[in-house]
Amino acid sequence: MSDTHAQSVAFVRETEIPPSPPPVAQAGAVKWVRENLFSGVFNTVLTLIALYVVARLAIAVFPWFYNGVWEAESIRDCRDQLDGATGACFAVLVDRWDHLLFGFKYPQDGYWRILLAFVLLMAAAAPALFQKLPRKMLLFTALYPFLAYWLIWGGSLWMPVTLLALVIATGLVFQLVARQISVDMRKIVSGVIGVICGVGLTYLLFIGAQELVFIAGSVGTEGIVSSVAYGLFWLMAIFTFALCVPMGIFVGYAIFNSYEDGGLVSVVTALLFIYVALTYLLGPIWMALNGVFPIELQEVASRDMGGFMLNMILGTVCVSLSIPLGILLALGRQSSMPLIKGVCVVFIEFIRGVPLITLLFVANVMLAYFLPPESNFDLILRVIIMITMFSAAYIAEVIRGGLAALPKGQYEAADSLGLDYTQATRLIILPQALKISIPGIVNVAVGLFKDTTLVSIISMFDLVGMIRGPIQNSTEWISVYWEVYGFGALLFFVVCYSISQYSQWLERQLNTSHR
Amino acid sequence: MTTLADPHTESFRPSMLLNDTRYRSLTFQFIALVAIIAAMAFIGGNLVRNLTEAGLNISYDFLGAQAGYDINQRPISYDSQDTHGRAAMVGLLNTLIVAFLACVTATIIGVLAGVLRLSPNWLVRKIMSFYVEIFRNVPVLIWILIIFSIMINAAPAPRDFRGDDPSASMWLFDTIAVTNRGVYLPKPVWGSGSLLVVGVFIASIIGIFMYRRYARKQLYDHGRLVPTFWPSVALFFVPVILAQLVMGSPISLEYPELKGFNFRGGVTILGSLIALWFALAIYTGAFIAENVRAGILAVSAGQTEAAAALGLRPGRIMNLVVLPQALRVIIPPLISQYLNITKNSSLAIAVGYMDLTGTLGGITLLQTGRAIESVLLLMLFYLIISLSISFIMNIYNNTMKLQER
Repeated sequence: MSDTHAQSVAFVRETEIPPSPPPVAQAGAVKWVRENLFSGVFNTVLTLIALYVVARLAIAVFPWFYNGVWEAESIRDCRDQLDGATGACFAVLVDRWDHLLFGFKYPQDGYWRILLAFVLLMAAAAPALFQKLPRKMLLFTALYPFLAYWLIWGGSLWMPVTLLALVIATGLVFQLVARQISVDMRKIVSGVIGVICGVGLTYLLFIGAQELVFIAGSVGTEGIVSSVAYGLFWLMAIFTFALCVPMGIFVGYAIFNSYEDGGLVSVVTALLFIYVALTYLLGPIWMALNGVFPIELQEVASRDMGGFMLNMILGTVCVSLSIPLGILLALGRQSSMPLIKGVCVVFIEFIRGVPLITLLFVANVMLAYFLPPESNFDLILRVIIMITMFSAAYIAEVIRGGLAALPKGQYEAADSLGLDYTQATRLIILPQALKISIPGIVNVAVGLFKDTTLVSIISMFDLVGMIRGPIQNSTEWISVYWEVYGFGALLFFVVCYSISQYSQWLERQLNTSHR
Repeated sequence: MTTLADPHTESFRPSMLLNDTRYRSLTFQFIALVAIIAAMAFIGGNLVRNLTEAGLNISYDFLGAQAGYDINQRPISYDSQDTHGRAAMVGLLNTLIVAFLACVTATIIGVLAGVLRLSPNWLVRKIMSFYVEIFRNVPVLIWILIIFSIMINAAPAPRDFRGDDPSASMWLFDTIAVTNRGVYLPKPVWGSGSLLVVGVFIASIIGIFMYRRYARKQLYDHGRLVPTFWPSVALFFVPVILAQLVMGSPISLEYPELKGFNFRGGVTILGSLIALWFALAIYTGAFIAENVRAGILAVSAGQTEAAAALGLRPGRIMNLVVLPQALRVIIPPLISQYLNITKNSSLAIAVGYMDLTGTLGGITLLQTGRAIESVLLLMLFYLIISLSISFIMNIYNNTMKLQER
């Protein structure tokens, strides 16, 4: 057969012709540009407008960056060097670098402490953020608060070490009473603790009743509002007074009664122990230890904290404190007990209804009135209390969403296994609810971190406070704004953007299980 | 014959208060109640003691006292002779003004940016995500201060408008002057007969609604498609302009003019208001853009495809199928963004805009020293505003919600 062909056809191609390339307009960059930028009249117009905007921005910003002056002594010096050309005066950042980061009062030779605390923060946060890291690293996370406190505030190392030791000792006491000792022994312990608590509570309530009578007396009976308040306070005083003995007996009995399973008595014993330890043991022990082996860093007062460091401190502390508080509030809001639910709802809705700045006013001018006259909480602590309450309310709402998203079957399954409320919440409900609410919690954390700049309004010198106060009011750097605010924006952007990228990454990680 | 014995009635034992689930929650609540009362006693006692020590008392009488300070933006008449209470009212109105302006602007910016983030145009998409990320991740206080600094430092001073060859000029045919003291806009002057023009305007708006109802009725009853867009536009403009011309222009504009060291006439918008308004709008707009994007993405592609299969044009698919469904997802987070704007407007105090925080929580507090009363009242005002916004928006949300069977 092939012979016939060989005679009739002069040439038979045996290999395939390579495919010819697509037309220029349908391939590579040109195709991409056509499809993505100029796919229609409307799209073309949009592209041209966008190009125009980008070009204008570039023309405005590029020389400003390019001509930037990095070495100058003052804004006037800067302008002289620029000689009429547009250009940034980055010299302000060089000159006030320390102020922007650490505030203007923190001792200069202590900056390494802040940086070390910051680096260690990364190490401490890592195991909490990434599940794949070894769980043993969480031990360092637990130690970190004590270490960071010592590094930043200074003082004797023995103070945080003793505190840590006492916290561990409290845990041991709890274990001892709950598990280790025999029932007979526990009966004795329960009896003693029960009597102490009963008497103590009676005494406290008696004082409370006296206090209420005192308040009623100072409210007086002028006008309707005062009279009603007067009556209410008297009513509460009588209520408290009538209750102080029965309440003491009941609580004492309840503690004694728990000797068999040891639940209540071990918690109360641990609480009593930590109270006694903090009031009577902490001071003497660390001072004695410091007397023998002094390990000290220069002490820095809270009011000397400033700059971006203050934002970081406030953000980290408040977020970590507000997560447990938020969980409690969310559980309280889901509770079937009307009183507890009501308290949580009112607290959450109240906090969410007012701006943070009013809460900072509370911290600044009002909170001192509510605390005992002899106590002196410094401003940073009061601010931490208020910001923590603020973010706890928001986190509670996020976690409530997570709790609501759990199928009802989970609750019922926990019940049918015979778990009590604490066990079911700890083992079944919270792990799932928290997993769902992690992205929301991270969002709240980012928002909270940005909101820490608000403390500049109650005249604390955080990053924005430093810019608005010492830098812009100084004679050298008066009316510098783009450079410093731009730098502040950049710092916040880097931190917040990384956190939100982490959150998105985490969301993807958690999503895989559902597909 | 066996009879059921009466259920064994347990006698009440005190331990049941703790161990019996029937009573346990009551016990807990009772203890919580006692704890709350004790906490009140503690806080109240401290308060009374601290106040007597400082020689103070709790009284709202200061609201009736003369304020003695000026406010630079007065929606209602106010001068330094008026009371602190009236100053607080002026502040409240200023808060509402900036919150309203920022809400409207943020919605426009947010919807635009959210839709453009889904645009097929790569460049536009990238620019919009750039905008969203930049503004979401930087504190709003920094944005407020940046815009305020630009207003003060970069805008021309009124004297730059002076002379034959001024270095600054007014915008839009010499009607708007942007200066570092604020923005000056033309002010409408209501001459005699302007009531009629306004009446005509209101009548024409009612007319538009009635015409649209008529058009829908025609469509549903007779299947006739009556054009609505251009007639509506005509109804909106033509009668008012006619009335204005026939009556001999009763409504005229008063233009700002440079007199002495400053502009006179027209409406002044303070630089601080502009800073607060724009910063809040742009910042919150970035969040709204994300909500809008999420809302549109939440409508499944099958809906669009089904609508296309029915033969709807792209514009109608958007209007009739995608947007109504997306709105249900968008509105709840939008409400909380509006609440955020209202609460963030309290940052006015950083740029000296006299809102509620600047008057009641600022100067009044400092002048009278009534810290507790002022801050509590301030919180109460914000609570009322927040609760009413969420109440109104929730009603709207309920009307928009999917009617499930």
